[in-house]
Amino acid sequence: MTPGKRVRPLLLVAVLGAVLLGLCLLSLALGAASIPPDQVVRALFGDAPSRFVDNVIWSARVPRTALGLSAGAALGLSGALMQALTRNPLADPGILGVSAGAAFAIVLAVGVFGIGSFYGYVWFAFAGAMAASVLVYLLGGLGRSGLTPVKLALAGIAVTSLLSSFTSAIVLTDPDALNRFRFWSAGSMADQDGETVLRILPFLAVGALLALASAPALNSMALGDDVAASLGRRLGLVRLQGVMAVTLLTGAAVAVIGPVVFIGLVVPHVARVLAQMAGIGPDQRWLLPLSAVLAPILLLAADIVGRLVARPIEVQAGVIVAFIGGPFFIALVRRRKLAEV
Amino acid sequence: MTNAKSTGDATASAPARPSLRVQRTYRLAFPPVSGILRPRLVTVTTLLAVGTFLVFCWSLTIGDYPIPFTDVVRALTGSGDPGTVLVVQELRLPRSLVGLLAGIAFGVSGGLFQTMTRNPLASPDMIGLTQGAGTFVVVGIVLGWDGGLGTQTLGLLGALTTALVVYALAWRRGTTGYRIILVGIGVAWICTSATDYLVARGGRFQAQAALGWLVGNLNGRTWSDVGPLAIALAVLLPTTLLLGRLLRTLQLGDDVATGLGTRVQPVRLAVLLAGVGLIAFATAAAGPVAFVALAAPQIALRLARTAWPPTLASGLTGALMVLGSDLIARTLISGTELPVGIVTGVLGAPILLWLLVRANRAGSGG
Repeated sequence: MTPGKRVRPLLLVAVLGAVLLGLCLLSLALGAASIPPDQVVRALFGDAPSRFVDNVIWSARVPRTALGLSAGAALGLSGALMQALTRNPLADPGILGVSAGAAFAIVLAVGVFGIGSFYGYVWFAFAGAMAASVLVYLLGGLGRSGLTPVKLALAGIAVTSLLSSFTSAIVLTDPDALNRFRFWSAGSMADQDGETVLRILPFLAVGALLALASAPALNSMALGDDVAASLGRRLGLVRLQGVMAVTLLTGAAVAVIGPVVFIGLVVPHVARVLAQMAGIGPDQRWLLPLSAVLAPILLLAADIVGRLVARPIEVQAGVIVAFIGGPFFIALVRRRKLAEV
Repeated sequence: MTNAKSTGDATASAPARPSLRVQRTYRLAFPPVSGILRPRLVTVTTLLAVGTFLVFCWSLTIGDYPIPFTDVVRALTGSGDPGTVLVVQELRLPRSLVGLLAGIAFGVSGGLFQTMTRNPLASPDMIGLTQGAGTFVVVGIVLGWDGGLGTQTLGLLGALTTALVVYALAWRRGTTGYRIILVGIGVAWICTSATDYLVARGGRFQAQAALGWLVGNLNGRTWSDVGPLAIALAVLLPTTLLLGRLLRTLQLGDDVATGLGTRVQPVRLAVLLAGVGLIAFATAAAGPVAFVALAAPQIALRLARTAWPPTLASGLTGALMVLGSDLIARTLISGTELPVGIVTGVLGAPILLWLLVRANRAGSGG
């Protein structure tokens, strides 16, 4: 390896870090009431120019930005993990029905069992996400040709539409539930307090650890199941670890910001391109962390655009992401030969 | 199918291999008409038609003012007590007719898509058409354009536009079944999140109206809902039956179909147009009733034991599903009328899962 090649990954990390930091500042500054950057920085260091600025920054924008960072990282990581596990370029927690599983379980918990507390329904979200991911994985893997992209995507959309018809059966019979459900299901990060962020962090941390720890095993699995097994990987354990990580990351993220589709799809592809440009290649030990940094960039950018595009009304970040991610998905389907990654 | 040499008017074709699934078929040759007669298909279609008629009449007996079955049948022909005739013909008939016609359209259209893409899961609800119609209609509801025939027109426009977009995006030196499916899934997601946004942005009552439409609903249909759907079916159903033969060669795969002399791309486009037309008008009238287009052709196929979804039987199964589900939706909880789509959704979900398992096991799921 030439020295120049070793510098490039560091440069990449520095650039991404700078972009993320910039977006965080923008996310703190922009909105229905925009605040100049110098005041933002002053407010952050406890020297706010006015109580209004202090209030806006600390009780609305900081939780929101932190949520974008953590939930975005979770969704990106979970998408990258799913693409690696299924060796499928179209895997995404939204497309493969995992988010729908979590969403349905939450609606069930809140609407039918009347569970209002976060720690009550987050377990439902985990159970739903896990059940849906196992179901889709099993359904998509049936048959001789194994997990092809089309089969997985169809299994995912089938499970999603199945769950959403159950969800609407619950929601439509209860007007109050409907009223809360419609905001949450569009995927928004607004109106969350700092506590919510703190409450999902433990789950996300465990999920992220599990995901990152599985990177070397995923590298072996990219060579094929047989090779990985002969290299001493225990495939069942790796898959279990992966499903646990996906469940924790997706379940917790969906419980707070709602079912956001396409982040997990777009981000790993961008990460692969960037990794190639930096001379790293498809190494999961780089790809997973890169996805975890790129996803919050996308989610925060979408959130900022959503705040600005129709001021003073906000467009939910989930909608913006879908409008970026949808065309990306279609381009992917058109361009690539849909071989396994 | 084409047959000039056969001399007998009904010759039993030889069973190809000994299997439980062997079916007796007859080859017909009365010049200028020739074809294959499948007694089982005819029996199944007839039974489905009778069943549909019975459920149709039964659905007319239910309401605030119950009418006996025999009176309903009499009122349909215009004879009997004038009050009963009024209730049946003016108040209840439109609802049941929309259910009947939309069911037929969903079933036939689903069968077309499944045959064309050679995938039992590729129904219009999976490839974005109903989602596109949904987005357009919800735009109308939020902007207040849903009076009169506004919803119908928008639903129609939405489904047609989405179909066009999906087809255009899937075109790359021709289309393939799987690319249509995947592009459709992408488009479906975009439309869904646009709908979510509109529902979240609209007022509380608009949201309720929008979601009520989005699950598929037969409540409060009038004669003005029946008209466009009936005309569309009158045009498109014969077209579909005519296309049937070409369609079956498509099911053998693009290469074989080309070898048999079928012009693959034009036929696929024609099938797509017919299927989209049917689904568009049905969705416009009844809303996107979940899973009917997906499940009806597959049920019909298994009942008739044919190799492809039989067109007429699929349509009748669809009608039976919609009317039956509407009956359940209206009688399950007395006093409230659930939207029909909730019942088809809940009943259709297991069918969907089972189909998925079957399709993937057999290796035809993609």
